[in-house]
Amino acid sequence: MSAPAAPRSSKRPRPALNGSTARRSELARRLTYLTLTAVAFFSMLPLYYSIVVASRDNAALADVPPPLVPGGNFFANVARVFDTVPFAMAMVNSVLVSGSVAIAVMFFSTLAGFAFAKLRFRGRNALLLLTVATMMVPTQLGIIPLYMLMVKLEWTGSMYALIVPALVNAFGVFFMTQYLSRALPTELLEAGRVDGCTTWGLFWHVVLPAARPAAAVLGMLTFMSVWNDYFWPLVVLTPEDPTVQVALSTLASGYVNDYVLGLAGTTLGTLPLVLVFALLGKQIIGGIMQGAVKG
Amino acid sequence: MATRAPERLAAVPPNRPVRHRRLRRHLVHQLDVKGSPYAYVAPFFLLFSAFGLFPLAYTAWVSLHEWTLLRDEQTFIGLENFRTLLADDYFWNATFNTLSIGVLSTAPQLLLAIWLAHLLNRPLRAQTFFRVTLLLPNVTSVVAVVVIFSQLFGRDFGMINWVMSLFGVEGVAWNEGVLSSHAAISTMIMWRWTGYNALIFLAAMQAVPRELYEAATIDGASGFTQLRKITIPMIRPTIVFVVITSTIGAMQILAEPLLFGSYLITGGVDRQYQTLSLFIYENFTKLDFGYASAISWMMFVFIVLVAGVNYLITRRGKGGLT
Repeated sequence: MSAPAAPRSSKRPRPALNGSTARRSELARRLTYLTLTAVAFFSMLPLYYSIVVASRDNAALADVPPPLVPGGNFFANVARVFDTVPFAMAMVNSVLVSGSVAIAVMFFSTLAGFAFAKLRFRGRNALLLLTVATMMVPTQLGIIPLYMLMVKLEWTGSMYALIVPALVNAFGVFFMTQYLSRALPTELLEAGRVDGCTTWGLFWHVVLPAARPAAAVLGMLTFMSVWNDYFWPLVVLTPEDPTVQVALSTLASGYVNDYVLGLAGTTLGTLPLVLVFALLGKQIIGGIMQGAVKG
Repeated sequence: MATRAPERLAAVPPNRPVRHRRLRRHLVHQLDVKGSPYAYVAPFFLLFSAFGLFPLAYTAWVSLHEWTLLRDEQTFIGLENFRTLLADDYFWNATFNTLSIGVLSTAPQLLLAIWLAHLLNRPLRAQTFFRVTLLLPNVTSVVAVVVIFSQLFGRDFGMINWVMSLFGVEGVAWNEGVLSSHAAISTMIMWRWTGYNALIFLAAMQAVPRELYEAATIDGASGFTQLRKITIPMIRPTIVFVVITSTIGAMQILAEPLLFGSYLITGGVDRQYQTLSLFIYENFTKLDFGYASAISWMMFVFIVLVAGVNYLITRRGKGGLT
């Protein structure tokens, strides 16, 4: 994200203020930092707390006041997670599903986004409007017939049931349309045409390289949301062959009082994403904000 | 470009094989330019038809039947499922819970999000840090959120009751009462989504022309007045968008009550926090697909109604620049 509408520099000469206004704005400044710091604190607190609990034993939970720093039992608890649910398999399944869906969404969304942003064809506006409108259809509404469809296809219990319906979505198409219509100069495509490129050639040689930054953000967002998807996998998969979220919900449901086990699993299933996010958070946020600004 | 080619073709001397080849190349080119866009957008529409639109329509069909997986034949019973539904206390209980949790989580969340975005929409140190931490809850999976918060909201050893006891407030059994459980679930939803919505608002705010704020500052308007009189009217389309999507999300809440009740599909022992989605799921696990489909369609009607009302309120409710 290259600083859209550069923020006002505080060093820039301001309009003359009288004393009380200046003092008021100084106070507002401090309050702003205080509030934002508090929000940051509360955003991180639950994750921190889950690490604390996950690294202790169940007896420590009864302490008053509650434990505030991590203990030394994390790896022992993690080992218990692997004993209780097929967590390794769940990890492999989740990586497989999230990875293939992310790649497919990146590809198909860029393809459709290219058509909507840069190609002329009859009914383009109507189709684009239709695409956006489909975002408003609640997904859960179709779960029952979708499940029946999966039974017919014999995909229940299989990762196909998670991958195939998710290969492309309206958000991705809309996101790439927005990005390409802004970031890809039409002159570049015209130059390609003059050089004798077919439409597919243009897509392959001009559009794909230009789309890379936005597609990467879209891919990461997709990966995270598929990784965190809960209800549909729960409905269509079996506990013997789960994704991470389904395995975690088994932990959370079957061992109600074993909070340490539940939180150890939770920490394990969440940490990879949090690490990725900590490293790439800036780009991801830039992407969200870019996709959010309309026209 | 496309219209010029035939003229050139006509100008070519009558050399048959060459003209033939050119004509073919022209046709292939036309097909490429005119046809390929449809091929590029086709994957989305095909998948949406198969896995989005078809299920939607089929749900309506199923809802008119006595339809379970246990038997092979399904009897057409017309609107019988809907009639039963409207007389079903559990259905109205779920509807009330959904609306209650929806309002409790959405209204404060959106106000907070606008305010946070307003705070972030100024020159600040550590901008990136604040933004990243704001989105961190959204990266956390809903299962993790509920497991963590269930622990925090525990009656005997939960941290929230412990902090409250420091102020002399007696411990609350969060998942027993109606209001307390709704408050706890709403907290989870708020925690997860406020930052995300704040970033969407922030993006819209950064497109507001700076001059408006400069002029208002010269006129001596305070930060809050500027928020009310400039920012909110200017980002109204985004506010409408976020309100609608949040409403749709709130009407579909499922994972939070399901996991908060330790996987009890009735949403608490007395159905204190069984939402509509959970009620659908309950009937789905009973394999009563006809009834579950009928609830689904009622839910759809509610979503359209609530979203429509919210649309009207957010569009008309706030006076302002436009």
